[in-house]
Amino acid sequence: MEAEELKVKKYIKKYSNEKKALISILQDIQEEYNYLPQEALRIVSKTLAVPLIDILGVATFYRAFSLEPRGKHLITVCLGTACHVRGGPKILEEFERKLNIEAGETSKDGQFSLETVACLGCCAIGPVVVVDSEYHAQITIRKVGSILKKYIKKD
Amino acid sequence: MITLKINGLEVRAEEGQTILEVAKFYGLEIPTLCYNEGLSRYGGCRLCLVEIGEEPKTKLVSSCTYPAEESLVVRTDTKRVIEARKMMIELMLSVAPNSKIIQDLASKFGVKQVRFKIRNEECILCGLCVRMCAEQMDGRAIGFQNRGYKRKISTPFDIRSEECRLCGGCIYICPACQLRCQGPQADTAVCNACLTMDPTCLDFYDDLQCWMYDAGRCGTCVREKPEGSNNKKQAQKSKRKEKKA
Repeated sequence: MEAEELKVKKYIKKYSNEKKALISILQDIQEEYNYLPQEALRIVSKTLAVPLIDILGVATFYRAFSLEPRGKHLITVCLGTACHVRGGPKILEEFERKLNIEAGETSKDGQFSLETVACLGCCAIGPVVVVDSEYHAQITIRKVGSILKKYIKKD
Repeated sequence: MITLKINGLEVRAEEGQTILEVAKFYGLEIPTLCYNEGLSRYGGCRLCLVEIGEEPKTKLVSSCTYPAEESLVVRTDTKRVIEARKMMIELMLSVAPNSKIIQDLASKFGVKQVRFKIRNEECILCGLCVRMCAEQMDGRAIGFQNRGYKRKISTPFDIRSEECRLCGGCIYICPACQLRCQGPQADTAVCNACLTMDPTCLDFYDDLQCWMYDAGRCGTCVREKPEGSNNKKQAQKSKRKEKKA
């Protein structure tokens, strides 16, 4: 853990131990570990002299941060109004069934995390599914399997 | 010194005072819930709403956070204020119907129904405990987490916080999770027992044997009944009927 501690401290030092850089520090940690480990948050709290609860307030406020380990690939299904009308919920259901997880969970093999989003702002190409910041337009239930296969193959 | 008008009354206030503080100083009652003299202002419960400005450009602001301004016109009991206040009580009641403080508020301000789904969350997110912990107890063991409908007050990682000294300050100040309302209809959404108890206990008993003694007396026995309360009206009606007959 000591090596990890140094790593986290390095991120904090990058922003010259400033409190206002909390979000940037958390972003760096999230990128490194793919989630925010408890220990890391405790180190940040100690080094910046910010109460742990305030850091958690920030970490739980933003959807970009996760307190639980996320899968290798993050699948985001849009459930905004336009995507909803065009069958977003059904696509989500298909993902849930195929991965055998609920929205907001990570599959057992640690490959995929499934999340929903209210709107991505590209309603014209809905229903939209985003995997690792790659947009997939006009998704149908049939395309779900091929998307998953594509990312499994990549590894 | 600033001069402003509250309910048509010209009042003087010091720089930096809030409307609520000025009103309190002049003995004007504004209900509050998330306000506490020893803690910072929060403006979360919206019970202390007042109407400021002159017609037709008036707006509702929370008096506990709004600073007194020169020649500001404030009204504390307009129709709009009363309706907004009732709505806030109704909303809070739907979240924490077991709270005695909120039930009492409902009785006091005549909230007789809850049109929202009863959620029994027993937390109205007033933030009193969070501020109590941080400001008075210097603890910072609890705080707000998550966002929107998932918002909650908890310790870091939902486990016992190292900063918590088990002082109990948060429970002491909580308006929702403290003493339950012990009224005869406490298990219903709106108890209103204090409001509807008529005739009052004193009409039943010669000496006061308040069965709510331990739970905090309701006060109906000593409260003056409003002019033309239900009972009187009914009595008058029946009398009239008798006369007609």
